Amino acid sequence: MTMLDSSDLQSIWLTLKLASVTTVVLLLIATPLAWWLANSSKWYKSIASALVALPLVLPPSVLGFYLLLLLGPHGAVGALTQALHLGRLPFTFAGLVVGSVVFSLPFAVQPIQNAFEAIGKRPLEVAATLRANMWDRFMSVALPLARPGFITATILAFAHTVGEFGVVLMLGGNIDGETRVLSVAIYNHVEAMELEAAHLLAGGMVLFSFLVLLALYLVGGKWSKVAR
Amino acid sequence: MNGIQARFRMQLEGFALDANFEAPATGVTALFGPSGSGKTTLLRCVAGLERVAGKLQVNGEIWQDENSFMPTHNRPLGYVFQEASLFPHLSVRANLEYGYKRIAVLEQKVQLDHVVEWLGLGSLIERGDPAKLSGGERQRVAIGRALLTSPRILLMDEPLSALDANSKQEILPYLERLHRELNIPVLYVSHAMDEVARLADHLVLLEKGRVIASGGLHETLARLDLPTAHFDDAGAVIEAQLAEQDETYHLTCIDFAGGELWVGKVDRPLGSLVRARVLARDVSIATEMPHSSSISNILEGQISEIRDEGVDKVMLCITIGAQQVLLSRITRRSRDQLGLSLGQQVFAQVKSVALM
Repeated sequence: MTMLDSSDLQSIWLTLKLASVTTVVLLLIATPLAWWLANSSKWYKSIASALVALPLVLPPSVLGFYLLLLLGPHGAVGALTQALHLGRLPFTFAGLVVGSVVFSLPFAVQPIQNAFEAIGKRPLEVAATLRANMWDRFMSVALPLARPGFITATILAFAHTVGEFGVVLMLGGNIDGETRVLSVAIYNHVEAMELEAAHLLAGGMVLFSFLVLLALYLVGGKWSKVAR
Repeated sequence: MNGIQARFRMQLEGFALDANFEAPATGVTALFGPSGSGKTTLLRCVAGLERVAGKLQVNGEIWQDENSFMPTHNRPLGYVFQEASLFPHLSVRANLEYGYKRIAVLEQKVQLDHVVEWLGLGSLIERGDPAKLSGGERQRVAIGRALLTSPRILLMDEPLSALDANSKQEILPYLERLHRELNIPVLYVSHAMDEVARLADHLVLLEKGRVIASGGLHETLARLDLPTAHFDDAGAVIEAQLAEQDETYHLTCIDFAGGELWVGKVDRPLGSLVRARVLARDVSIATEMPHSSSISNILEGQISEIRDEGVDKVMLCITIGAQQVLLSRITRRSRDQLGLSLGQQVFAQVKSVALM
């Protein structure tokens, strides 16, 4: 551990904190959004689906650039946060959370939406004939049956946030202990020719990502057996 | 006003529903018709699972009219779907108790013990996971789950159609038992005449989204102006009583208003009520009492209706006694050779009787 200085450790801690907060916020936003997308037949559902999927195809720098404009002092959201005396979001941890949420949104929404769609209407109709009101049906039938989707969404959202670089760089900069996450720290090490430190962090990332994906496929395999 | 009064209208591309029917406060009312006739849609409308314009009153309570629509979860009904649709994430017991827990304690009139006994669910509860049950067992749990909400009306959407022949035979006795023990109206959707003949007391016939006839099972099945009288398995239903056992020949005599019939031995106590079905194609006609015939069931009656069927057949209604009616399908040539006419006294030879 000699090669990891306190700044690196702080980056690791910050990364885990950012990924955790982002995942929680994402689940809170993605669940109702996925429910609506799974059940709506409105014409603008396609537009919403496309918007949710947009971060999948856009370069993170593009996303980060527009978020910077939007959240900055002259942007609509920036003006709002300032009017509410919440301060500015860019170059703060909260700003990183906002960016990460947008960046990882499809990774949370799509598995949950697929899980809701796979349930179909029938179990909810059955619950309705058994006196469960809408909220009750959602809590007692839809949520438990969509569990595999939630597990996938949680793991993907967490892992994807850990791996994010472009949006953070555009939006959060490189402030030690505030916004310098692991991927940025690795970049800094490489820039400074500290290849051993870069190796240690990058190798750790590879290992972490592999373990996360392994867990995902193990859980997925278990669930597909149960479903059969 | 007890029972069900319903009127629904819906216009979809290629399908229009305009159905108006009533069902009595007790007994099984079958919604019968070919697939695509709208019977399942109609049942879903009664449950509030389908929202269409209409009016619905159940036991004097308005569930839907121009101004109001009671959501499904507020309607005191039990619904049995075609597939059992047990919740896979809940145990058999939790499935049974799902609805029970959601009604007021004072409304919990049907108890778990009763349902377990009625439907023989004891060993199924012990098995825990619904995935370990067979199709027929799952459907029994689904029926129990619906009954445990103490419903004031039971809706069943072809509960047997997804099952194989063995599972059907396993469930039918339970359905008949429910029929006797439940004091609530049952709406039973089916396209299988044998199920209807076995279970129903009233019949609502549907065709292309419209009700073409409704009434008591016996009267409706005997109406030659309806398509049901011209199915290959058209026939009459007889309510009878077990009257005598013949141990020597292994036969049982059943007795009904107007006569008696001998059938293959049935192991049930004397006096028990049985329902028999006599298919029109199994009834032939003689103008004089046949004295040497292998057919032992010969009933005297009067031709009460004659209707041509296709190019070569004729369907006859034979009234036996005061009100029992048999259907008989014969060829047009036989009718002419025997010179059969309305009001004539004839002898109906019954080749086969199916006890149900």
